[in-house]
Amino acid sequence: MKSTAEIQEKSINKIDLKWRFIHWRSAILYLLPSIILFSVFLFYPLGKTLYLSFFLTDQQGNANVFVGLENFQYILQAESFHKSIKATILFVLYTVPTGVIISLFLALLANEKIRGVGIFRTIYSSTMGISVAASAVVWLFIFHPSMGILNQLITSIGGTSIDWLLHPDWALVSVSITTIWMNIGFSFLILLGGLQNIDDHLYESAKISGASYFYQLRRITIPMLSPTLFFVITVSLINAFQTFGQVDILTQGGPSESTNLIVYSIYREAFVNYQFGTASAQSIFLFICILIVTILQFKFGERKVHYQ
Amino acid sequence: MYSVELKQVDKSYDKEQLVVKDVSVTIEPGEFFVLVGPSGCGKSTLLRMIAGLEDITSGSLLIDGKKADHLPPSKRQLSMVFQNYALYPHMTVEDNITFGLDVKKMRKKEKKEKCYEIAAMLGLTDYLKRKPRHLSGGQRQRVALARAIITNSPICLMDEPLSNLDAKLRAHMRSEIRELQRKLGITLIYVTHDQVEAMTMGDRIMVLNEGVVQQVGKPIDVYNTPANPFVAKFIGSPPMNLTTGLVDKNSSKITISKEISIPVDRLVVNDTNSDQVLVGIRPENIKIQEEPSSLDLSFAVTIDHVEILGTETLLKFKWNDDSVWYAKWYGQWDIHVGQTVRLTLDPDSLCIYDGQTEKLLQGPKNIQHQHIREGII
Repeated sequence: MKSTAEIQEKSINKIDLKWRFIHWRSAILYLLPSIILFSVFLFYPLGKTLYLSFFLTDQQGNANVFVGLENFQYILQAESFHKSIKATILFVLYTVPTGVIISLFLALLANEKIRGVGIFRTIYSSTMGISVAASAVVWLFIFHPSMGILNQLITSIGGTSIDWLLHPDWALVSVSITTIWMNIGFSFLILLGGLQNIDDHLYESAKISGASYFYQLRRITIPMLSPTLFFVITVSLINAFQTFGQVDILTQGGPSESTNLIVYSIYREAFVNYQFGTASAQSIFLFICILIVTILQFKFGERKVHYQ
Repeated sequence: MYSVELKQVDKSYDKEQLVVKDVSVTIEPGEFFVLVGPSGCGKSTLLRMIAGLEDITSGSLLIDGKKADHLPPSKRQLSMVFQNYALYPHMTVEDNITFGLDVKKMRKKEKKEKCYEIAAMLGLTDYLKRKPRHLSGGQRQRVALARAIITNSPICLMDEPLSNLDAKLRAHMRSEIRELQRKLGITLIYVTHDQVEAMTMGDRIMVLNEGVVQQVGKPIDVYNTPANPFVAKFIGSPPMNLTTGLVDKNSSKITISKEISIPVDRLVVNDTNSDQVLVGIRPENIKIQEEPSSLDLSFAVTIDHVEILGTETLLKFKWNDDSVWYAKWYGQWDIHVGQTVRLTLDPDSLCIYDGQTEKLLQGPKNIQHQHIREGII
């Protein structure tokens, strides 16, 4: 009696294992396309970067001499890298809050049920369709010291013209303005989508209770929008850390390294100075920074977010 | 306790089609008034116009005798319960209930006291700290009710508040809402597509179809003497049986089928514009024929479907040009599908409608209200 029961149990276990293997195999098959893509474009470059950050390299970027953590030591002591970090932090502080607030404001405007609001929605989200290079060139003209429309406006109302891109104090502000303008389209679109997901009945109910527009905004709209806001803030933050295109076209990191944001600094280190080792070390540093900021944000920000 | 008065109210969204046409009604203070009709008949639109969430295209609205057409919703002294409850999902039950008081900047202590009082009344005390998503449908419904009544508004509007609940809970909430309304003495305007809710809850009901008022009255009067075939079909479950009949003005008789002709009052026959009428009878007034009487209104039918509901038995059959009829008898009847039975119409329970204008020509004569003499137990 006992033996038959044992045999049965064993065979069940065997069948169980077989099925488990089949399930595992099909799971891997489903994952395979993503695994291949991620490996080629993400995991391999990341691994290679990490590897290079421990070496001195030749001009072709081949690893030559293993130096351990010396690259990291070097960049953390280098004054230009300190400057670059400072510029990046300032840049993030300039662009992220301002960009999100402006997009939220525009999204609130465009969410009203007015005739012709579709035109405004298109206009507000249109910067999404313009490439970084094209918009940077447009802004290059706007910022032009003598021909630029900005300075012409200022002088026409009696102000003194500003060296937008040429003065170390103004250059970062100018790049920030360009970046905010470029990012508004994306943030606007996501926030508008979030706003339109909020049930109209909530506002009707609040209206009957006698809540004013700003009371509704504070008690209903913002809390209901919090997941979307959280997403937009996270994405803009990461984007701001990774800004490159507009810096390259507008200022090339100058004047006197005031707009030398980290990614631009990495680019210069690698492809102008051919220091692939220290460039890789900077990349790893940036990766860790973004990782920490994002983790912190999820940890502290998410508590205040309401998910439905 | 405020009255609500509608005067020739029209509503149109596209300036061409009227979704509400010429509605005039006075809702008395403290009344439970039900707007009932099929979906798309304009009942919710009417309610939203009273609430101020929709503009009135023409006509006027008076609340407590004062013109209120252009008042914002918050100034109309009313509260509203929405079909999907419209609870704020990010707030706790307590915050949801007190939202209306927050707006009015009531003191914190007073607010809390009031919230607890209302919560106790509706059995929500244990759930005050929870979010709406952690509540069942019935509990959410109660939160919506609590939120509506905490503001002490003299008028409360409800837009199909029970349609998201299961049948059992709905029956329970029906009586609960009715009792609450009686206790608070508020004027309650209630929208529903469910004629059972209308019948059981309303002091008076208004039947709407395609934006036009069909009939206003006490539920039982609407049930007994429906003003037109639409109301006859809409109110009552199963609906009133209707069939066409031909009028013979000389002999003042209405012929329904080969077998049946009903003698009617000469005055009734003279009122008709056409020689066609619609004859209706409630399912419970179709009886099984037991003995031949002087006036023979009997006919033989084959039963298509039988439902025994415990207290009553429902029979479905086709008769006279294949119109589907129902008969409802008290008790449990052992009749099977396919059986032929001989039925008879109660001549005093017939409703006769004009074939063209669809106006009621003659209502039933034997409406019996049964009374219980007080003191007898």
